[in-house]
Amino acid sequence: MSILEIRNLTKTFGAVRVSKEISLTVGARQCHALIGPNGAGKTTLIHQISGVLTPDAGAVLLDGTDITALPMWRRAQAGLGRTFQISSTLHSFSVLENVALAAQAKAGSSMRFFRPAATEAALNRQAEAVLDRVGLLRRARILAGDLSHGERRLLELAIALAGAPKVLLLDEPMAGLGRVESERLTDILAELRREIPMLLIEHDMDAIFRLADTVAVLVEGAVVARGTPDEVRADPVARAAYLGEESA
Amino acid sequence: MRDRSLLVAGGIFALLLIAPGVLDATGQAYLTGLLMKAMLLAIAAMALDLLVGQGGMISLGHSAFVGIGAYVLAIGLAAGIENILVLLAIALAVAGSFALVTGALALRTSGVYFLMITLAFGQMAYFTLTSLAAYGGDDGLTLWSLATLFGSNVAQNAGHIYLVILAVLVATWWLVHRIGQSRFGRVLRAARDNPERAAVMGFSVFRYRLTAYVIAGMIASVAGLLTAQQNEFVSPALATWQHSGDLLVILVVGGLGSRNGALLGALFIVAAQEALGAVLPEWRLIYGPLLVGVVLFAKGGLNSLLAPGTAGPGR
Repeated sequence: MSILEIRNLTKTFGAVRVSKEISLTVGARQCHALIGPNGAGKTTLIHQISGVLTPDAGAVLLDGTDITALPMWRRAQAGLGRTFQISSTLHSFSVLENVALAAQAKAGSSMRFFRPAATEAALNRQAEAVLDRVGLLRRARILAGDLSHGERRLLELAIALAGAPKVLLLDEPMAGLGRVESERLTDILAELRREIPMLLIEHDMDAIFRLADTVAVLVEGAVVARGTPDEVRADPVARAAYLGEESA
Repeated sequence: MRDRSLLVAGGIFALLLIAPGVLDATGQAYLTGLLMKAMLLAIAAMALDLLVGQGGMISLGHSAFVGIGAYVLAIGLAAGIENILVLLAIALAVAGSFALVTGALALRTSGVYFLMITLAFGQMAYFTLTSLAAYGGDDGLTLWSLATLFGSNVAQNAGHIYLVILAVLVATWWLVHRIGQSRFGRVLRAARDNPERAAVMGFSVFRYRLTAYVIAGMIASVAGLLTAQQNEFVSPALATWQHSGDLLVILVVGGLGSRNGALLGALFIVAAQEALGAVLPEWRLIYGPLLVGVVLFAKGGLNSLLAPGTAGPGR
């Protein structure tokens, strides 16, 4: 059973076809990685799945339901979680409040006007549990704007997790992280992938080989190779397009 | 630090409560009229702060709702409705509906475009009011009878309208803060800081902003209704865009998005205009630079001078 299915997604900007009939499926307990050189259209694809951009043709299915025409917030409500390539946290909110707000989105109506939200114990407990999971609990009370870059990457993930997603879109979660931090985040994701299916865009090959079941190689908007990490590593097309570049 | 702003507000409310008695005893009773003016401005500005400070939606059409409230009172009285609570309900309904329709259109945009569209809707309301020939048109209308509270004159100048306005001021102050701290307010602030993030969390930014716009419009109409009742006069001038601008100035001078900014700003603006006006006829020459000075030297507005650390939206 596929949780996330993308069918023939096509998008054109002017004369440039940035997505050429891309199809892929992410099943339960699966981590599907997407690699490709810069400008291959990876983030454009994520934007179409999450609703920032509307595809010209094709469909996005979440848990069997067509969500192609839904606005971003409805996709999130339906269970699509995502992280951003460039950290997108609420700087004037505390770390805890960032995560509690994400939990709030899935905990009944937010059209509540009188009771202070910051003291809602159920939301805070949920948020603390998620922060503990990504190792940010001791930073819960400080402002998100005061976090280090690495910590903000973890907060990104925590916000996505607090929404109890059915599937996670991770847009270069390791971007800008040092080796130690990358390894820590990979450890966390390795644990998560048993629970939440993921579509992972990443340049960090170590992370991909540790996490992914399937790797698709995207070049100029089209999938040119697909397989297990080892198969892709051995694939001459993929090597030429991408892996070769890295080792060169 | 939150206690500090509570203390400041409590102190101001206490002073406002005893002010009429003190001013009366010292033979300066005319000043209570100015205090009422400041309180009514503060109520409208607090509502506007929900949009600007908490929501990041800069509106130049807020005074339209003040005008609506005032004209509901005038037209309602002319139609024979005297109960102020009934008039209040009508004002809330009319302002709420106007906000719902205009807000739904204006919120298709943001930033400068939102400002321009709210300005356009505000001007529409203003010109509609000037065209009400039966109710004074351009010149406005003197109210020969006033609204009553269950037949009593409590809510009139002859009674205790000062206390009624003070009570509404305190209630609005409480309500706006409460909304800011609620689930709703948290989403509103998140959408202000980062709308895409709020949407990706699963919140319809449009719906929350529209709800805030309706609430702010309704509160402003209460200020308008009381302004008409207190002035015993209505005029389209209440709904001019300059009046919307005044409300924004009050917020910026007082401290945008802070708990007491609207209150401090309104008192300061009214006091400054009056004091300068009493000294020299060209008072605006000083008033302008004074505002610039406050904005430059008291970053976070007057609120941050009195209660440092409580500046900034959401506190």
